[in-house]
Amino acid sequence: MKICVLVKEVPDAAVEKRLNNSTGRMDRSGEKNLNPYDTHAIEAAMQIREGGVAPVEEIVAVTMGPESAVRALHKAVSLGADRSVHLSDEAVAGSDVAATGYALAQTLRRESPDLVLLGQQSDDGECYTIGAVVAEHLGMPSLTQVIKMDVETGALRCERQAEYGYDTVQVSLPAVISVGDAINEPRYPSLKAIMGAKKKPLETVGAADVEIDTSKVGGENSAARWIAAKAPPAKAAGEIIEDEDTAETVEKIVAWLDERKLI
Amino acid sequence: MTNILVYALHYEGAINKNSLGAVSEGAKLAAELGGEAHAILVGEGVPQDLAASLGNYGASKVLVAEGPEGLAQPVVDAMGAAISGGDYKYALFGGGLLGFEIGAGLAARLGAGVAMEVTAVRAEGGELIAERPILGDSAISEISYRSEVGIVIGRLNAFEIKETGAGAAAVEQLSFELSPHASQAKMITRGEQRGADVDIEGADILVAGGRGLGKAEGFQLCEELAGAFGNNAAVAATRAVVDAGWYPYAAQIGQTGKTVSPKLYLAAGISGAIQHKVGMQSSENIVAINKDSNAPIFEFSDLGIVGDLNKILPKLTEAVKAKKG
Ligand SMILES: Cc1cc2nc3c(=O)[nH]c(=O)nc-3n(C[C@H](O)[C@H](O)[C@H](O)COP(=O)(O)OP(=O)(O)OC[C@H]3O[C@@H](n4cnc5c(N)ncnc54)[C@H](O)[C@@H]3O)c2cc1C
Repeated sequence: MKICVLVKEVPDAAVEKRLNNSTGRMDRSGEKNLNPYDTHAIEAAMQIREGGVAPVEEIVAVTMGPESAVRALHKAVSLGADRSVHLSDEAVAGSDVAATGYALAQTLRRESPDLVLLGQQSDDGECYTIGAVVAEHLGMPSLTQVIKMDVETGALRCERQAEYGYDTVQVSLPAVISVGDAINEPRYPSLKAIMGAKKKPLETVGAADVEIDTSKVGGENSAARWIAAKAPPAKAAGEIIEDEDTAETVEKIVAWLDERKLI
Repeated sequence: MTNILVYALHYEGAINKNSLGAVSEGAKLAAELGGEAHAILVGEGVPQDLAASLGNYGASKVLVAEGPEGLAQPVVDAMGAAISGGDYKYALFGGGLLGFEIGAGLAARLGAGVAMEVTAVRAEGGELIAERPILGDSAISEISYRSEVGIVIGRLNAFEIKETGAGAAAVEQLSFELSPHASQAKMITRGEQRGADVDIEGADILVAGGRGLGKAEGFQLCEELAGAFGNNAAVAATRAVVDAGWYPYAAQIGQTGKTVSPKLYLAAGISGAIQHKVGMQSSENIVAINKDSNAPIFEFSDLGIVGDLNKILPKLTEAVKAKKG
């Protein structure tokens, strides 16, 4: 079995996320990191490999993004991927979720994976749906938010929470699965793996290499058009108590609740 | 014509509340665009009267398609067929989970633009403009569509349910072909209720716990505090802890759980993710205890306490007990 894991470089959690008000794109300056949700997808791939039910020949990390995104790939490799593919092209910059999904699907097509894994969301874009877009383009069955995955012959038995409780769904391979953060506890990369990550094969491809129709990608060609950004309605800031002396803190909470007749 | 096709999710003989809101919103927007709102249901033997009942929420026509329930890709096929054979400019979904998957799949199928987590939609110059909060709700971006069809996926509880009293809608059977990949996922069990069947919806006070409780036993701190408040209090939870098996699904608040608006929502060890916020933000009073002063929950709390819940909750329980005498 060949597993491709989609990963993304996102602003570090500690960086305040901002919008560039002239383009509507995210201001991506500042410290960046591998999207934390993606580490669960890599871990899930590793656990399938180590589980031994289906032999895994290869785990390939795939990303789309600017030059700096190679660092996300290095991190993915240090966590267990065997090699990586980087789609990097000015033509795809600024793509919306539908165009990004199309471009990633084209990149994946060349790899003919048996399974495409990704995280439940990106820490910056928060669309939750890239898996569904990729799956439709590849003509594969798909499920998002999966928190348990058992390998069966030619299929996966998946569990996830949906609107009415937990669903168990059997999905035939090849398939596209986005995993929820409850699926596993990602391991930490060893020092050796971190050092070795840069030596693993990394292939950079452009839009033409993966036969992307460039009239369908990029900010200007994306079907969703960003018009403007505005501030959300102002909301009175809540009161904040820093807990230094807990007895005092609790006294304040009780007084606050009592004032509102909540006790 | 500028018709809108609204997906209506149904389960065990009832239409999902967020879908009812989406149908109401679709009807309002279609009227502004000079078109009609039609709804679509996909399932196994969908009752005729259930489909027709959507007329009460503004759908002038309801399409019913026979297909597997609870999975997104069959609905993409059905909606794709409806849209290619009909006169639709927009597809609309209420908040939840399936709508996200269907809407995104449909966008790929049709080459359509999609906006998700939409909190408001307005008609302007014959087009819809969707408002989509971004960056942890610190800004709202406005999205329009370049494509022939635009897809709008609402945030949970974003669209208000409005009964028009228009009566039953015309119901039409829609035939469509299941694409090969849509038949490669099979529902084994649906809607399993994990954990005890706790009742939290009537409670005036909810003490909610999240991953910050550290372990399943941590919920004892919440239960003791709820106990101190008395009979009108119950304990609620986040998806993170329900997925981890620390607390029953019946107590989960948020996008794939319950929506509540108690007099007091006291959140302990909860970060305040948007999917949680959407289920509790209309609570009358929100109090949050979190050790991280940057936790998003403080952005929408009336009272925030930056500190360790393990220190604060036991003392708070004692103090509430003492106050009540
Ligand atoms: C499609 C989809 C649907 C979802 N549906 C839901 C839903 O219905 N409901 C829901 O809740 N979530 C839902 N989620 C998940 C949601 O995005 C968050 O992951 C989840 O709400 C986080 O739960 P949490 O706050 O318990 O955990 P975390 O985000 O891990 O937060 C734990 C918090 O505890 C604090 N903490 C840790 N230790 C202490 C201490 N000793 N004292 C005080 N504070 C402490 C930390 O600072 C942190 O802020 C959904 C996600 C997706 C993508």
